Amino acid sequence: MSETYDIIIVGAGIVGAACAAECAKAGLKVLVLDRGPIGGGTTGAGMGHIVVMDDSEAQFALTSYSRELWCKLADELPPNVEYDRCGTLWLAADEEEMVEVRRKQQYYEDRGVRVEVLDQDDVGTAEPSLRRGMAGGLRVPDDAVVYPPCAAFFLLERAMKCGAQVKTGVRVETLLPEGGVSVADGTKITAGRSINATGPWSPLLSGGLPVRKRKGHLVITDRYPGFVRHQIVELGYLKSAHGSSKDSVAFNIQPRKTGQMLIGSSRQFDAEETTVDQPILERMLNRAFEYLPGLPRLSATRVWTGHRAATPDKLPIIGPSPENDRIWLATGHEGLGITTSLATGSLVADLLLGRASQIPAAPYSALRFAANGNDHE
Amino acid sequence: MNEIGVNLKVNGRAISVPNGTIVAAAVALAGISAFRRSVLDQPRGPLCGMGICMECRVTINGQAHCRSCQTLCEPDMEVLTES
Repeated sequence: MSETYDIIIVGAGIVGAACAAECAKAGLKVLVLDRGPIGGGTTGAGMGHIVVMDDSEAQFALTSYSRELWCKLADELPPNVEYDRCGTLWLAADEEEMVEVRRKQQYYEDRGVRVEVLDQDDVGTAEPSLRRGMAGGLRVPDDAVVYPPCAAFFLLERAMKCGAQVKTGVRVETLLPEGGVSVADGTKITAGRSINATGPWSPLLSGGLPVRKRKGHLVITDRYPGFVRHQIVELGYLKSAHGSSKDSVAFNIQPRKTGQMLIGSSRQFDAEETTVDQPILERMLNRAFEYLPGLPRLSATRVWTGHRAATPDKLPIIGPSPENDRIWLATGHEGLGITTSLATGSLVADLLLGRASQIPAAPYSALRFAANGNDHE
Repeated sequence: MNEIGVNLKVNGRAISVPNGTIVAAAVALAGISAFRRSVLDQPRGPLCGMGICMECRVTINGQAHCRSCQTLCEPDMEVLTES
């Protein structure tokens, strides 16, 4: 027995969930399939930082539009999503990084994003647990955090209220060229289109897709309310984590509403296994200890890992696949998938229905790789 | 056990215990059974006594979540429970 859907979304992570919510709201008949539980892959290994980024104009457009969508959604989010507009503090350790603070300030202000430059004293007041002598920082007060698995669950519930079906524990083997999927037991489910929203695993269903797994580690602490107050990210992050394809760590800490803190971040290519890598964990924590001298005395309760879906140009892939309009892509969100999920869902629905989108969709099209090949840096 | 005592404070109350006493014992001697409160606000206290269950956590000298069963009393220590 098979049933016909307009869209089958493969992947019940936050990106698939956001696509489902928007497509179902638009009146499409939606089925979401995932081999695991909701939000059990990359979504469950994400910090849940809702952040405006400025690596490129296209990245800025997608992240700022997404943050706006999260802001609009904030009042409707249930308590378990733990939405908290704690703001981001981009931290400058020295004068060189203060130059970056001022560049970033200009960039954001030119584009209407509220920011505030903090000097040495301001940073000490804003975050008393930081080591003395920080040069300053840039506060982005409207950035926020969420608890990603619950956010994915919420978005899928919205989709279901509009008639979508969600089935977990179903492994999709093939995205059929005529639009549906075939699943592990050989059953074919027919649909107008499928959407590959399986993040780091998306090349398994769409061969040749330039998406690579990039492993990350997360540590969560016990409850120490007020130890940090913003999501704090070192500005060296841009150089050390985003810029290189080698293993890297950077200081990134997030306060949760519970008083717990999530500590990141690490980035590793060619690390398939999900086991904790002690040497890189140690590097990651030592980096955090450099910034927060009181941190080593606190208790961590859990360490885990996950894989991001990295693309060569650090932009996600959203829209039809180049070779077949029946197979769509919503993948490659790397470390920004929680932020950019909502804009992705919105773009996918707009493109499917031929509606005008809020931001141009072309920068995220898979077509951009046709000319340049699939090289990662 | 050494006869020399250690003076410390449990929830602001001065208490003297023999040298080598763990903080959990000092808290118990102070007549406290609820060492901390769970996330759902239930009273909790020492269970395993060997540093595994984390139920005996108290604040010591301003440091939250210290395992009282794994910490020896020290002079002038300030111990706070969530009783």
